[in-house]
Amino acid sequence: MTDRYPGYDVLTKRNSPSWNDQTRRVVDERLAIDPGRHRFCNDSEWLTLTAICEQVVPQPADRAHPVPIAAMLDEKLCANSGDGYRNGRLPSMREAWRRGLRAFEAEARERHGCAFHQLAAAQQVALLTAVQNGQVDSPAWGDMPPALFFTDRLLHDIVSAYYAHPTAWNEIGFGGPASPRGYVRLDFDRRDPWEAAEARPGSEYRARSENARVG
Amino acid sequence: MRQFGNDTEVDFAIVGTGAGGGTLACKLSEYGFSVVALDAGPYWRPLEDFASDEYHQSKLYWSDERIVDGENPLQLGANNSGRSVGGSTVHFAMVSLRFRPEWFRSRSQLGYGADWPLDWREMWRYYGEVEQSLKISGPVTYPWGPRRPRYPYRAHELNAAALVLARGAEALGIPWTPTPLATLSAPRDLAHPCVYRGMCVIGCSTNAKQSVLVTWLPRALAAGAEIRDLATVGRVEHDQSGRVTGVHYHREGQWQFQRARHVVVAGYAIETPRLLLNSATGRFPDGLANSSGLVGRNLMVQSNQAVWGIMQQEIRSYKAPPSLAITEHWNYTDAGKDFFGGYCYMSQGPLPIVWANTQSAKRGLWGAPLLREMEKYNHQVGLKIVGECLPQERNRVTLTDERDGLGLPIPRVTFSYCDNDRRLIKHSLRFMRHALEAVDAGEIWDETDDTCHLNGTARMGYDPETSVVDADCRSWDIPNLWICDGSVFPTVGGVNPSLTIQALACRTADRIRQLAARGEL
Repeated sequence: MTDRYPGYDVLTKRNSPSWNDQTRRVVDERLAIDPGRHRFCNDSEWLTLTAICEQVVPQPADRAHPVPIAAMLDEKLCANSGDGYRNGRLPSMREAWRRGLRAFEAEARERHGCAFHQLAAAQQVALLTAVQNGQVDSPAWGDMPPALFFTDRLLHDIVSAYYAHPTAWNEIGFGGPASPRGYVRLDFDRRDPWEAAEARPGSEYRARSENARVG
Repeated sequence: MRQFGNDTEVDFAIVGTGAGGGTLACKLSEYGFSVVALDAGPYWRPLEDFASDEYHQSKLYWSDERIVDGENPLQLGANNSGRSVGGSTVHFAMVSLRFRPEWFRSRSQLGYGADWPLDWREMWRYYGEVEQSLKISGPVTYPWGPRRPRYPYRAHELNAAALVLARGAEALGIPWTPTPLATLSAPRDLAHPCVYRGMCVIGCSTNAKQSVLVTWLPRALAAGAEIRDLATVGRVEHDQSGRVTGVHYHREGQWQFQRARHVVVAGYAIETPRLLLNSATGRFPDGLANSSGLVGRNLMVQSNQAVWGIMQQEIRSYKAPPSLAITEHWNYTDAGKDFFGGYCYMSQGPLPIVWANTQSAKRGLWGAPLLREMEKYNHQVGLKIVGECLPQERNRVTLTDERDGLGLPIPRVTFSYCDNDRRLIKHSLRFMRHALEAVDAGEIWDETDDTCHLNGTARMGYDPETSVVDADCRSWDIPNLWICDGSVFPTVGGVNPSLTIQALACRTADRIRQLAARGEL
C-alpha cells in the first residue's frame, strides 16, 4: 500500500461545517467501539472471525488503531440488522455466520490439524481462496454453498464494515461527511480546500502540507 | 395533522406513502376526500435525523427478510426498497425521466411486451404536472422525443464524472444532456439549493431533494390527510358482498383496524402483491384482485449493468448528485439493435461502501488486491444503464411458509433474465466500453450483474383476463380496491420509474374525482 493521501485525516473536519450533530453522534459511536468486544461470537468463533477479517482486509502493521472490523461485525450480528434479502440457498445471517465460522474451523483442522487462527497467513489465504472457489467439502458446511457464503455474506459484511470507518475513508481520499457544507469545485482535477490532496510522484510534501490544512 | 379514529370510515385508506401512495394522498385530500395514508416506516425529519454516513443511513431501507431465488437472484433492500414515509423517494437518485411515447403501446407499435391502456398524450400532461410540483432541474431543450416544456429549474453544474459521459457521447456522435433531477438548482420556499454533498442515495440531509416526503406530503397534511407512520398493514378486509372494508395494521404493539370506503394498495412491487396474496379468504382463495392469477407475476426489474474505468485526472465522483449526465440515445433509436426495448446510461458516483462491495462482489476482490483497487477511488468513472427488462410470468412474488416478526409470511422473489434481456445488456456493455475508451479511460471492466427498480406485479390492462387493474388503477375484481405504484406497469421502459409512478397517481386522482362526480365510485 502506498500513502496516496499523506497526512489526510477526515476527522479534522469533525467540528467544521461539513459535519452536523447527528453525524458527529453516529461516527463517535463507531469510533468508541471496543475492538475486543464480542457478544454474538463465542471465544473460539471470535478468534476465527478476527483472523478472517485480517486476511480479507489486511491493515498496515504500523496502524495505531486498526479498524475493529470483527467487533463491528459482531455488533451487527448481535443487532441482527439484516440487508433486506437473503439468497434462498443461504440460511439467515446469524445462522450463516455461525455455520461458516464452524466450517472454517473444521476445514483448518482437517487440512492442517490446528485452528484457523493458528495457521500461517499463507495457509489462511489459501483456505479462504478455496472457500471462495467452492473447493471445500467439510460436512460442517451442511447445505450451505461455501462460495455463495463467501461472496454474499463474508465479503459483503466485512467489506461493508471496513469502509464504514473514517480510517478507511482516509486511505482512499474520500471526503467523508459533507452536510451541510457540501462541495463547490466539481470539475476535473479540482478539490475544495476541505478535501484530501493526492500525492503524485514528486508532490508528496505539498500534498502533506495541504492535507494538514484540511478542516 | 388532522387525525381519524379507527372507527371513522374514511374515504380512502392508502397503504404506502411513496411515489404512488404519497402523491395520491396529496391529490385526493386536495380534492376533498378524507384520507388516511399508512406507512410501515418512520416519519423522518431529515434536517435532524439524517447523518452523512452510509452505514447509519441504511435505516432508510426495507431490511426485513425476503427470500430471493431464480437464475438471477435479486439484491433487495438498499437500492430498490425504502422503509420511510415518502417511500424509496427518500433515498432515490432523483432521476426524473418521461417514458418514450411509443412504450405505452410497445406491443402494437414496437412488437414486444404489453400495451398500456393509456394514451401517451394524456401522460405527457401529467408528467408536466409532476415536473412542476417537484421543480425538476433540467435542460432547456431535451434531445429526444416530442417537444416538452423547459424544465422548471435550470440544469445543475456537471461534475467530472458527468463530463466524462458527455465527452464520450460526443466522441461517438450521440446526444447527451444534463439529467432531469428532482433536486433544487435554486432556492424554493425554505429549502436551499443542492449543496452537492453527493449522498443523495442515503437520504438528503438539507431537503434540497424533492422527494415525496418534502413535496406531496406537506401538501397532503395541509389539505387534511393523516399520515400514519410506523403502521404495517398486514391484511385488507372485505365484507360478504366482496367489497373491501378497511385494513388491519400493526402499530404501537397491537393489531388495529382502520375502516375505509376505499383501499389503495401502494406498497411497491413486492409488498403490494404480498399484501394482496396474504389477504386471501374463502371467497378470494388466491388473494384479492387475483382472478386473473396475475398478482405477483410479471415482476420486472431494470438491468443496471455498468462499465468502469480509471482516469488519469482526479474525478472525485462522490461530489454532487451521482447521475448528472445521461444519454437516452438507445431508448429512442431502434436501428442497429438485436433486442427489443431500450436503455439509457448515466454517469455514476458510488459511495465507499457501495464501491467496495462492487469490487468484492462483482470482481471477487479481497485482501491486498481489493485495497489496491479501492485506492483508485478518486479516479474511477463509470457509465451505468437503466435497461428495459421484458415482462415474464415466471418472474414473480409469492409467499413462503416462513413468518416475519409480525407473523406475516415472508415473500419469495424469483427472477431470471430472458434472452432478450441478455442481448440488451451485451449491447449496452459493448457501447459503453467504446464510450470510456473514447475518453482514454484505462483498466476498463464490465460489471455484468446488477439490477434496479421493481415493477409489474399487478399490471394494468384492457380486460380482467389479462390484467389486475384497469387504466384507472382500479382492480377489476373489487370495485373499491385500487393499486397505485409501480406494480401496475405492464412494461418498464429504459428509464427510472418514479416520475411515471407519480404521473399515474395524479391521473388516478383525477379519474377518482371524475368517477365520484358521476356517482360511479
